[in-house]
Amino acid sequence: MSTDNAIETHDLTRRFGDFTAVDHLNLSVPRGQVYGFLGPNGCGKSTTIRMLCGLLLPSEGDIRVLDLDIPKQAEALKRRAGYMTQTFSLYRDLTVRENLEFVARLFGLSRQRTRQRVEELCHRYHLEALAGQLAGTLSGGQKQRLALATAVLNQPELLFLDEPTSAVDPQSRRDFWDELFALTDAGTTLLVSTHYMDEAERCHQLAILQRGRLMAQGSPERLKADVDATPLLVATAAPRRAQTVLQALEDVRSCAQIGASLRVLVSSPDQLPAVRDALRKEGIEGKVDITDVNLEDVFVAATHGHTEGES
Amino acid sequence: MSDRFSFSRLLAVVIKELRQLRRDRLTYGMIIGIPTLQLILFGYAINMDVRHLPAAVVDQAQTQTSRQVVEELQQSRVFNFNRALHHAGTGEAMLRRGEVKAVLIIPADFERRLQGQRPPLQLIVDGSDQVVQQAARQIAQFPLRGATTTAAVEVLPYYNPHRNAPLNTVPGLIGVILTMTMVMFTAIALVREREQGNLEFLITTPLSSAELTLGKVLPFVAIGLIQTSLVLLLGKWIFQVPVRGSPLELYLAALLFIIASLALGIFISTLVRSQFQAIQAAIFTFLPQILLSGFMFPYEGMPKAAQWIAEVLPLTHFIRLARGIMLRGAGLADLWPELLALAVFAVVLLGIAVARVHKRLD
Repeated sequence: MSTDNAIETHDLTRRFGDFTAVDHLNLSVPRGQVYGFLGPNGCGKSTTIRMLCGLLLPSEGDIRVLDLDIPKQAEALKRRAGYMTQTFSLYRDLTVRENLEFVARLFGLSRQRTRQRVEELCHRYHLEALAGQLAGTLSGGQKQRLALATAVLNQPELLFLDEPTSAVDPQSRRDFWDELFALTDAGTTLLVSTHYMDEAERCHQLAILQRGRLMAQGSPERLKADVDATPLLVATAAPRRAQTVLQALEDVRSCAQIGASLRVLVSSPDQLPAVRDALRKEGIEGKVDITDVNLEDVFVAATHGHTEGES
Repeated sequence: MSDRFSFSRLLAVVIKELRQLRRDRLTYGMIIGIPTLQLILFGYAINMDVRHLPAAVVDQAQTQTSRQVVEELQQSRVFNFNRALHHAGTGEAMLRRGEVKAVLIIPADFERRLQGQRPPLQLIVDGSDQVVQQAARQIAQFPLRGATTTAAVEVLPYYNPHRNAPLNTVPGLIGVILTMTMVMFTAIALVREREQGNLEFLITTPLSSAELTLGKVLPFVAIGLIQTSLVLLLGKWIFQVPVRGSPLELYLAALLFIIASLALGIFISTLVRSQFQAIQAAIFTFLPQILLSGFMFPYEGMPKAAQWIAEVLPLTHFIRLARGIMLRGAGLADLWPELLALAVFAVVLLGIAVARVHKRLD
């Protein structure tokens, strides 16, 4: 296996009883980039991250992270990787500073180095004013900054972030992503799971997961260029009715209302006349145009037709 | 909330509670288990009438009558005089070690005393055990054939001549208090890490499960020793409860008992999934300890099976140690089997518990 990649998996599989949470996943995550896991809840993002960290044993398959065999060398990985859990996992009844000091001691930092590092991190993540405050009383954005500060405390080469921004306002999210890019500048590899398209758009590389399977992998630009579907924008006064009509068409892969218009995903540009005809036949006035592909189209195209039996 | 009380909403909550309860199999088990355990323990195991207390006899008279008296006292079945000794001193040593609960002394001038005013028989009893004192009082009423005095047996309650009740309860109370706090606190403390999601973060750090477990319970060792001191000091100031043996040895015994109780707490924490379950499980282990250990009810009144269970419980052994050291002035050298039992309990349970604390999530 090449050492250019921070993470490589081969046929990674995890079953819980009869349920297959992760299904023969082949990933390659390049070093020094932000690699995104995009998928709906329950698609296996967290399970995969936990297996990559060595927290869960795979049912099948091989994992190599930072040239270590996981789970065999998971203990060695713990010193080189950081993990920011989906739910806040620090101590609510300790202050910001006490939490940071605790983690610093776990990583064996000297007393002087601990003080220095806590100072640095409080400064970098704007926690100075909050240092004496109990972690349980922080806002969502503040908690997340504290969680990131503890996750990078040991200056990891690789950072796992499991839906880091799910409980955070848009401004905090933007600031948070700036911090993530600052980390990649310093050479850190980031693996971020998300179900937000705007966040996925920011990643260098993306993996689209559905029901434990890898549906597509590549840079957002590459994925958009390669998508085998065409998005149409239907401007109409009766979007609800138009949606009912269009969803009945065989060639329409998805149809979503965006304000007053509809975004319709069809397999190719050739289907545009068929869409117009269908609307006209029902007496619906509307303007149908081809529009630019966005990541949501890629996601829908990659996952559509694989949703049967979804709960 | 609406202004009027709605029975359908009430019912909704009741149904929800029952459904949640049904999913919680451990709680479900406790609902059945705790009353069953209590009933069986109270019904079968607890009996205030004691029988066959181990006792020694020092027959210095060695006459036909003296042997007959021992035989008759044996018939009462309160004491079992199965150790025949030559010297009263040997009997006292056995009493201190807790091997016997009473020593019957038949003086050399027994036959002459039968005709005189002085009580012909002496019964030295272990006053550190209230049950034994009561049993001795029954024996004191024993009518002795051919005796002129009504009080044929002179009872000498060693270690607690004034029959001071706190003297009997305080040593055991140390054990009871330590059991309550140590087992419950550790059981909850470890489960809390999991429940609040801290564990998921901790296992991604270099922290090992042994470090985590030990680090969590070490503060409780200190807390346990502080509690021990508190009970000892209050017992001395308020109730004049002495420590006749070595305080250092008492603390050593307490330390070992604390470790055994913490091991039990850690073991519980590996079995339960929530703090609520941890509390229930702690109570579940607490009940037989308090009922069977000899703290509340006489060990000697229990059927054999209950006594075997009692032998497995750490509190039983600690209470024997505490009473021995504090009241009878015994040393650890005298009481080593109890110490050994505590050590075995702690090592076995700690071993199982550490093996069960996983550093993974599955």
